Amino acid sequence: MSAPDFESRPRLVPGCRLNEKTRQPRVLLMPERALRLSGPSLEIIERCDGNHTVREIVTELQKLYSKAEPQKVETDIVDYLARLHQERALDFE
Amino acid sequence: MSHLIPNPLALVAELTHRCPLHCVYCSNPLELTKRETELSRDIWARVLGEAAELGVLQVDFTGGEPLARPDLVELVAAARAQGLYASLITSGLPLDEKRLDALVGAGLDHLQLSFQGAREASADEFAGTHAHVQKLRVADWVKKRRIGLTLNFVIHRQNLGELEDMVRLTEKIAPNRVEFAHVQYYGWAFSNRARLLPTREQLDRSLEIIENAKQAMGGRIRVEYVVPDYYAKYPKPCMGGWGRKVLLVKPDGDVLPCHAANVLPGMRFENVQSKSLGEIWQKSEAFQKYRGERWMPVPCRDCDRRTQDFGGCRCQAFLLAHDAGATDPVCSLGPGRGIVDQILAEVNRPALPIPAVAEWVYRANPK
Repeated sequence: MSAPDFESRPRLVPGCRLNEKTRQPRVLLMPERALRLSGPSLEIIERCDGNHTVREIVTELQKLYSKAEPQKVETDIVDYLARLHQERALDFE
Repeated sequence: MSHLIPNPLALVAELTHRCPLHCVYCSNPLELTKRETELSRDIWARVLGEAAELGVLQVDFTGGEPLARPDLVELVAAARAQGLYASLITSGLPLDEKRLDALVGAGLDHLQLSFQGAREASADEFAGTHAHVQKLRVADWVKKRRIGLTLNFVIHRQNLGELEDMVRLTEKIAPNRVEFAHVQYYGWAFSNRARLLPTREQLDRSLEIIENAKQAMGGRIRVEYVVPDYYAKYPKPCMGGWGRKVLLVKPDGDVLPCHAANVLPGMRFENVQSKSLGEIWQKSEAFQKYRGERWMPVPCRDCDRRTQDFGGCRCQAFLLAHDAGATDPVCSLGPGRGIVDQILAEVNRPALPIPAVAEWVYRANPK
């Protein structure tokens, strides 16, 4: 992925959603595909609502995972979002 | 053994075998379920609940043509009430915007729309009815609503020449996802196989076209290409393995591990009208028969690939080698490969005549 736009707001595309909060395991559901989520991946996906900028997601997760190296958290999130975009789970608005 | 049985992930809800199309490649069984034996809405609702309890995440409402069920909206609502992701696998006939809105309102997550070609004349020939124009309309309507849209182009020798046009049509419609899926040789497609299987040259050319399409559509449209497995070296991991990930419930309530299993001799399928889905998944003879590795013949039982492809497809082994317990004849490591090579040799003979339309075996409707 070329330099990410930290001000863009990722949003899950139509047909792509989380299963209900009461269901375990938490899963990202798409046509003919399901991704099991836990910990960081779940925290990221929950913020892909078109209201959180990439920057905000990074900042919030750096706080949540304060023991992790902040630069690594940022890189991991950017990579994860890029992959989900390529898989057509989300768009950047 | 029961603690080793994984949870199923997907339920294929074959609601009816009624269908306005008569596709020459239909994968429904040659013996179609009669309308009066179709399950009621209440039983389907119960089955959906049991599926969710078992861990199923997604339900595919299919058929025949699921839109032929007047209670489809209620079934979608029932699926969502159970926390299931609801997909509709459909020809788009008969559908109007009002009914589509009702389906979306009931919580439909995704609609997969079949296309028999890129052009009206040829597409309608393969469907055996006027359908193409309606499908274009449906694609348009779905795009205006916030549900997922997949276009499913059914590919075979007679329409592979239109592949670039199909790619162009996909660009024009811009769905979330497109599946270019070669016909699989079960059901009616097995009867028509000699006319459907592509030549090697066609297949190679198609791989180029699809690769280009993937590049062009990357980041916008998810592209999937399902090639005919006869041309592969190793078999497909059919259904993700027998009784591992998928349950199929037929219109009359019989539960199968896949849509073709009714061809296998000596199989007894349990029915949701007498047993719970969970009991059937875990204990039925049909589901247990090819689970795990105990049933595997040589070379599968010692092969490193057994955890990847599970020995391939049982139904294909039966259809081609007359032995459901044999290695899938597609596998180049197995004893049956010669059968597949013979079929390919026939298709790749030079100057193969194009058959007239009158030679197709068109899918009938249940009586």
